[in-house]
Amino acid sequence: MSVEILSRIQFAFTISFHYIYPPLSIGLGLVMVCMEAMYLRTGNKLYETMTKFYTRVFALIFGIGVATGIVMEFEFGTNWATYSKYVGDVFGSALSAEGIFAFALESGFLGLLLFGWNRVKPRTHFFATVMVTLGSMFSAIWIVVANSWQQTPAGFHIVGSGMNARAEITDFWAMVFNPSAVDRVLHVWVGAFLAGSFLVLSISAWYLLHRKYQDFAKASFRIALVVALVSSWTQLFLGDRSAKVVARYQPVKLAAMEGHFDSLAPAPMYLFGWVDQNKEQVHGLGVPGGLSFLTYGNFHAPIQGLNATAPENRPGQVNGVFQVYHLMIAVGSLMILLTTIAAFWFRRDTLFNKRWVLWIFVWSVLLPQLGNQAGWFTAEMGRQPWVVYGLLRTSNALSQAVRANQVVFSLILFVFVYMGLFALFLFLLNRKIQHGPYWATEEMHSSMHKDMAEHFGHGKGQPAEQ
Amino acid sequence: MSTFLGLDYATWWYLVVGASFSGYAILDGFDLGAGAIHLFFNKEESRRTALNAIGPVWDGNEVWLVIGGGALFAGFPKVYAAVFSAFYIPFTLFLIALITRAISIEFRSKEPMLWWRKCWDICYCGSSITVTFALGLILGNCLLGLPIDQDGVYRGGTFDFLNPYAVMVGITTLALFMMHGAIYLVMKTEKRLYTKLTIIVRNTTISFVICVLLLSFYTILYIPHLSHQIKSHVWLFGVPVIMVLAIANITRSITKQKYLPAFFSSALTISLLLVIVAIELYPNLVLSSLNESWNLTVHNAASSEKTLGILLVIAAIGVPLVATYTTFVFWTFKGKVRLDEMSY
Repeated sequence: MSVEILSRIQFAFTISFHYIYPPLSIGLGLVMVCMEAMYLRTGNKLYETMTKFYTRVFALIFGIGVATGIVMEFEFGTNWATYSKYVGDVFGSALSAEGIFAFALESGFLGLLLFGWNRVKPRTHFFATVMVTLGSMFSAIWIVVANSWQQTPAGFHIVGSGMNARAEITDFWAMVFNPSAVDRVLHVWVGAFLAGSFLVLSISAWYLLHRKYQDFAKASFRIALVVALVSSWTQLFLGDRSAKVVARYQPVKLAAMEGHFDSLAPAPMYLFGWVDQNKEQVHGLGVPGGLSFLTYGNFHAPIQGLNATAPENRPGQVNGVFQVYHLMIAVGSLMILLTTIAAFWFRRDTLFNKRWVLWIFVWSVLLPQLGNQAGWFTAEMGRQPWVVYGLLRTSNALSQAVRANQVVFSLILFVFVYMGLFALFLFLLNRKIQHGPYWATEEMHSSMHKDMAEHFGHGKGQPAEQ
Repeated sequence: MSTFLGLDYATWWYLVVGASFSGYAILDGFDLGAGAIHLFFNKEESRRTALNAIGPVWDGNEVWLVIGGGALFAGFPKVYAAVFSAFYIPFTLFLIALITRAISIEFRSKEPMLWWRKCWDICYCGSSITVTFALGLILGNCLLGLPIDQDGVYRGGTFDFLNPYAVMVGITTLALFMMHGAIYLVMKTEKRLYTKLTIIVRNTTISFVICVLLLSFYTILYIPHLSHQIKSHVWLFGVPVIMVLAIANITRSITKQKYLPAFFSSALTISLLLVIVAIELYPNLVLSSLNESWNLTVHNAASSEKTLGILLVIAAIGVPLVATYTTFVFWTFKGKVRLDEMSY
């Protein structure tokens, strides 16, 4: 295999694996902020237990996220040296801003969040939790800004040519607020909220099914359900906005997403299907003119098809882009359906009696993960053959000095280590869930926190079912 | 070319990159060093205490690597591209070790079984050594100069990074971090572990002094371009003088069992070693061993002036912020390690 294919496989593999964790951190961070805020408001011990339990889960996720994230930063230099030289001036400033404003914030306060329970006042601890969550959200801003610049470059000019060509910033804020940046940051954030809240829903549903820690599980479920419900509906609108940006700035990608070849015709919106790239046809079930309607509000508006672009400037895998895009839509719709029905039953107080619904929630943790991955695959595969849209081809972005056997070596090593890491992650996550929130209850409450509960005059919420 | 306080933007950014890397070396240096000497502790309790001594801060320390890497990427993309693609294998191993290290720290305490903890102790120690050694190895190679062509593309062999000088720099870095880590741990511990660590501090300090002496002789005798600047500007000799005094003060302080001054002296030693590197390389960032005119310098490898200006503003806002809350976190966890239910 060529260096290009191997490097692309390695990058896709390492970033997909990495992207399991940051959305979980952001989403779980938000849920933890809600929980700890409830604790500060009510002084109810249940919320403190909840925050502490999810802090442990958070630590596990965050650790892997950091470790696999550093790999990404270094891979630009090791595997994509030409790309690094080309975008360094633009991309590098976003990446530095990420490091200094976001990553430093979350990692700095993480120590307090994890180990500061007995060292600082509850309010200071809450502040640390908020800072860690904000830090991870800021991280998302800068990383998505950098990626959006690759999708819809703005605020730059090209200097030099050939191997020495590079993009230089002309307007920093135009680069930051490039056409797709804001919509995509929001889309990614909400995707992360879904990932975190569904994890809490899943764990809580599992406890309820096993009749363990029921008060704890019900209260956590309620907080997470609110986050998930609001997020899944919000995502519908944000997804639509992002698609409109794609329609405007990356018409080739949009055409690939729906497998639309013919330039002059209105485009249908498929529910599912299969793209036959040779015959330039899609076999599947769709709403005629649906894409035209969503994009231009008119069922008969023509949409630019793939045939309007020379084959060497189109994504190679049209069916691949089509499938991941539709997977994302399907998963998103399913989450809306699930959270809405669950909220309805929750209001009627019948949700926790429906065991089959709880079982769905146990497995639903996979939905946002699938959706997030599928969404990124759509964005990145749809951008091909460009690494910077319309400017730098992926095949020209490689490191000149790197040989195929070196990439094979690193790829094997990464696959091996990441597989082990994932197995350990699942094992430890499972153990933590099995342990439950109340192990070592006695020591878990520091004197300071006890005082606080008494101060607020709340004696309830004790772990009665233990 | 715009300047600020008499220096142009590119040179300022050179200083920022240098400062981030020395911040990284000082901060992550002590937790890497603590990891490298981890297996010298025999008892489970000692190992747990040692791990929790770095527990709340190691992740924050590692941020400086991300910041330094980002700073290099943004300010000197050509250097970033050349160096990272040239050392493909060492960087891969470095990254794998970094991952292993992070999860060893995180996973060790999650299960009580002895075999589980022993496994992670070995991983933690081994990966800390690998990370440190790889950093030194890469630094050593950069000091020697790389076979890069006019486009900054590496033209050497895959395993050229294994040469005596680079290995020597790697070993010296390891000895330096081990001493630095041991001094940090001795400040954080008490009773028997403390007594044990006082011995480790002494031994690692002796090995560091031996290494740094050998490395200095080797450099002065065989690699003339690394003493050129100091030779031609006599007043720069002050820097190595201060460094030697700092090293002397480490030995003096540890004899008096005053470990905080010893820690600051070893931090000073680390930064002065890097200052010497910076002085000798400037204005070059990467020396081309093929042709001197292909060197990547502060000026021909820098980003545009506009970007450097933006970066300097980002650094001017960001660095004081980071310094403030880093100090706050260190202050919160000051004093001896106390184990509680949330500890590793």
